[in-house]
Amino acid sequence: MDLNFVIFSTLKILCVIFLALLPMVAYAVLAERKISAFIQDRVGPNRTAPPLVLKIPILGKFLQSWGVFQPMADGLKAFLKEDFTPNYVRKAYFWLAPALTMTPAFLTIAVIPFGSNLGNQKMVIADLNVGILYTFGIVSLGVYGIVLAGYASNSKYPFLGGIRSTAQMISYEIAMGMSVIPVFLVSGDLNLSKIVERQAQEGWFALPFMAQQQTMMSYLLWPCALISFFIFLVSAFAETNRLPFDLPESETELVAGYNTEYSSIKFALFFMGEYASMISASCMMVTLFFGGWSLPGLATPASTVIAGLLHIGVFIGKMLVFMVLFIWVRWMLPRFRYDQLMDLGWRRFVPLALANILVTATVLLILNSK
Amino acid sequence: MAAQDYLFYIFAALTLLCGFLVVVNPFSRNPVTSAMFLVLTIVSMAGLFVLLHAFFLAAVQILVYAGAVMVLFLFVIMLLDLKEEERRKIRFFGLITGLISVMAVLGVVLKTYLVDSKLNANLQLPTIEGGTAALGRILFKNYLLPFEILSLLLLVAMVGVILLSKKDLK
Repeated sequence: MDLNFVIFSTLKILCVIFLALLPMVAYAVLAERKISAFIQDRVGPNRTAPPLVLKIPILGKFLQSWGVFQPMADGLKAFLKEDFTPNYVRKAYFWLAPALTMTPAFLTIAVIPFGSNLGNQKMVIADLNVGILYTFGIVSLGVYGIVLAGYASNSKYPFLGGIRSTAQMISYEIAMGMSVIPVFLVSGDLNLSKIVERQAQEGWFALPFMAQQQTMMSYLLWPCALISFFIFLVSAFAETNRLPFDLPESETELVAGYNTEYSSIKFALFFMGEYASMISASCMMVTLFFGGWSLPGLATPASTVIAGLLHIGVFIGKMLVFMVLFIWVRWMLPRFRYDQLMDLGWRRFVPLALANILVTATVLLILNSK
Repeated sequence: MAAQDYLFYIFAALTLLCGFLVVVNPFSRNPVTSAMFLVLTIVSMAGLFVLLHAFFLAAVQILVYAGAVMVLFLFVIMLLDLKEEERRKIRFFGLITGLISVMAVLGVVLKTYLVDSKLNANLQLPTIEGGTAALGRILFKNYLLPFEILSLLLLVAMVGVILLSKKDLK
């Protein structure tokens, strides 16, 4: 085993998790509160500030009014609150469930190419040649956290939430998995880095005009790509339990669903797990449909450090757009009914995704036979 | 020993240990615990597949078995009333059939170890990396008929399930 490889991989993992992912999760919560406040014509968090910050002339007040310190206060509160364990729960699973919710969301990031090169290191933690299958495998493990939370709580509302989430996540995983097959038919590879490189040259799948050289083919395949993207987007909302599909925790029916019995940091882990999986879903959408780290004009893998950093910046920028979309939709749309959700998944999306695969394959066959 | 060897022993031990705990767990007779250990067994087997460079198989193993099949198992276990199952004692018939199948597996392992290992002692490591394309080519060229028959079988099972789950047939 190459020592260099071990060192750089560890470094990448630590940087991605502690410098990027965890702060992003914390500030996604803040963004959620600020955007919801904006949509509902409120102010949002604008009071928290550590003691000495307000002494700084203009900047201090400014940071306070944007609630920049709110996530720290929230985190501290979550740690210091009483961690109450009801006496009727199944202890082992009750402890295991929050961890199982948080981990898969982080593991999926491993195969995402979040930049091209930095120095001579590829900016992806694990450049697997079955990248996307790995992602789906890990995402499918995410359901255990919620199911076990529902089971461990040993009371009726969490249990109903757990059961709902099982059915919902399995249903939408199928639609989600089938929706991305056209992408792989077109690119002919399961490796996410290769998919991004191809999009950089021949146009993003969802926006074919963002290309180095315009090709007829990417325009002909545009409708298929858009259908794919639409199904993937909606399934991502269902997979992350976000409104309009947050049936596992719909508070008007189930109190808070699977996390009703949880308090303190265990509840916070569920809460952060939701945001972490939103981040990984956004990363997936950017990688699969919106050209990853590439922009027209910045399409070749970087050879200098500045270009490398720029690529990482582009990737994060695109990802933030999807995060805002996730948050914005939550405060705009009402919740679906459970049967509507199932109906949409099985009777609309699965057939549509299947037809989309067929059409894409046919178009590719005709184009390639010329 | 290389890192791969250590990983092999870790994953093999995990597979065996978790597999053991699925059926004979001294601490709990809760079916959910068994199911969760089965998930762990499946995941550690996926680790073994990775060490054999069968990345596709490993990913599909986790995706299909750990991610979908076992979740449905849990779903069913959780919906059933399991008090009776928890109390059920080990039965003689089950013990005998279990022993026989364990003996059979042991026989195969011993035969591989004692006889087959002498036939071709220097087997080469697989050279295929990942092998999605290679696997597809083999499936759709050499084994097309069995593959299609299998998919037909699955279709029949699916139609059967839908038929059974319909309450009123028109």
